[in-house]
Amino acid sequence: MIDIPTIPIDQVAVEERVKRLNSRSIKKGSKVQALKMALSMMDLTTLEGKDSKGKVIQLCNKAKQPHAQIPDLPKVAAVCVYPTMVGIAKKELQGSGIHVASVATAFPSGMAPLSVRIADTKFAVEEGADEVDMVISRGAFLSGEYQQVFDEIAAIKEACGEAHLKVILETGELHTYENVRKASDLAMDAGADFIKTSTGKISPAATQPVTLVMLEAIRDYFYKTGKMIGMKPAGGIRTAKQAIQYLILVKETLGADWLNNQYFRFGASSLANDVLRQIVKQETGLYQSGDYFSLD
Amino acid sequence: MSEHLEILKTYKMYIGGAFPRTESGRFYKVFNNEDELIANACLASRKDFRNAVESARSAFSGWNGRNAYNRGQILYRIAEMMESRRNEFEKELTAIGFTTNEARADVNASIDRLIYYAGWTDKYQQVFGSVNPVASSHFNFSLMDATGVVAAFAPDASPLLGLVSVVAPIIAGGNTCVVLASEPYPLVSITFAEVLNSSDVPGGVVNILTGKKEELAEHFAGHMDVNALMITDKPSSELHKKLDELASENVKRMVKKFITDWYAKDAQDPYFITDFQETKTTWHPVGF
Repeated sequence: MIDIPTIPIDQVAVEERVKRLNSRSIKKGSKVQALKMALSMMDLTTLEGKDSKGKVIQLCNKAKQPHAQIPDLPKVAAVCVYPTMVGIAKKELQGSGIHVASVATAFPSGMAPLSVRIADTKFAVEEGADEVDMVISRGAFLSGEYQQVFDEIAAIKEACGEAHLKVILETGELHTYENVRKASDLAMDAGADFIKTSTGKISPAATQPVTLVMLEAIRDYFYKTGKMIGMKPAGGIRTAKQAIQYLILVKETLGADWLNNQYFRFGASSLANDVLRQIVKQETGLYQSGDYFSLD
Repeated sequence: MSEHLEILKTYKMYIGGAFPRTESGRFYKVFNNEDELIANACLASRKDFRNAVESARSAFSGWNGRNAYNRGQILYRIAEMMESRRNEFEKELTAIGFTTNEARADVNASIDRLIYYAGWTDKYQQVFGSVNPVASSHFNFSLMDATGVVAAFAPDASPLLGLVSVVAPIIAGGNTCVVLASEPYPLVSITFAEVLNSSDVPGGVVNILTGKKEELAEHFAGHMDVNALMITDKPSSELHKKLDELASENVKRMVKKFITDWYAKDAQDPYFITDFQETKTTWHPVGF
């Protein structure tokens, strides 16, 4: 049996620290830099039942060229889709350097036999996914079946082969910060390359206090093992202002080494447009309208 | 029992159906006609304006989606609420120099103006929409649709009637708006906001800021998510040119109504509604 110690988390302190860091004022040049950095860390995501080939192609075009009026913007880090859309995205993004990420393992619930979840993962990887976003079995985790959760993550990691594995904890279902911390530790021990907050299908999705708890888990893991694990908050991050606040959390918890898209990502769909609006606002001095930015 | 201490009202702004203070924390002094300080008003910043535009934008589809009859009912409701709070309006107007009779007349005219535009909500479409003769076998018709988010400067000299005359036709036509109240006499606009807030007008449909025109004018004109700009006091020719130029960035409708007498006949007509309407023409194929 694996033994994952319970690390007590001071809820008030975590929330206060987030609040204090959020009061930082990032303006002008540093704001533009932060906005561009946020754009380069984005996993542009579409995870809907109504996703179609056309929608995915559109999204890939947006990933390659976020806003035609400003051609020198950074590209996003990855496009995140369902396994059946990986092939299409892979073809569209060929040669662009943008990764294809795929959710797998019976996303978003994870309620399927392990064999099915492994097959799902293998399919995504065979289709060309560079990154796999898996979900843990929250039911098992909450029942204390840590060994099962650990073994599942390890099995999926093996199925990933070369592909990077992001482990979605679905923190909105874990109830306490202690559970978030424990799930983070467990996922990292089991071989996660990234830990990710949420599927985006459950409310609350990513929150800043939860992200701080996970970042601290990553920091402690680094001190223990010397291994750098990535972080991906996902869901509910809609404004450029929030994105900058997340970047501050990362900088203050893990340092500048994590401030790149190899170690930090945003999982988001509508965030990109708000970031673009703010960049154009900084360039032109005029507040922008959604009317002039592509939807996908 | 201790003696009653009069509780003075804190005048804040009206954004998204709430009464926030300005995010800037700034204020300016408001004086009565005897140069006595009567209140502090919020000195809106460009960020307050940005927030107000966001509220107006998110309220737009809901408000424009209401049927015309319902919008009329709500405008009528504003008039009802105003009637019930007329004492407060009259008191605020006399404080800034209106005589008792003038104050009463101003409130009366404001209420009448609301009723006037309430009546037009379900009629302007019939009067200004049209069925157009065409040479092919099409049924061709033109309909009015709201322009979108309107930014407006209420007239400085007519703090109540002027404000109502600006707001009523804009919202009657399904638009949402951000209005900068009369700079020297802002208090009555906040009381009007309280009336709006208790009149079934959804939050964000009307947003009222108080502050300095010279600080905000260029942001009003330049904001890309504002679809029309209404000005009611003639700006300096330099500023006028600047506003026109900034408005052209997203081809805003510029509506200029340099009206000095808001009681006059030409201060009230249905063209105030159509100033903030776009015409949609549809070609519908018909059988032989």
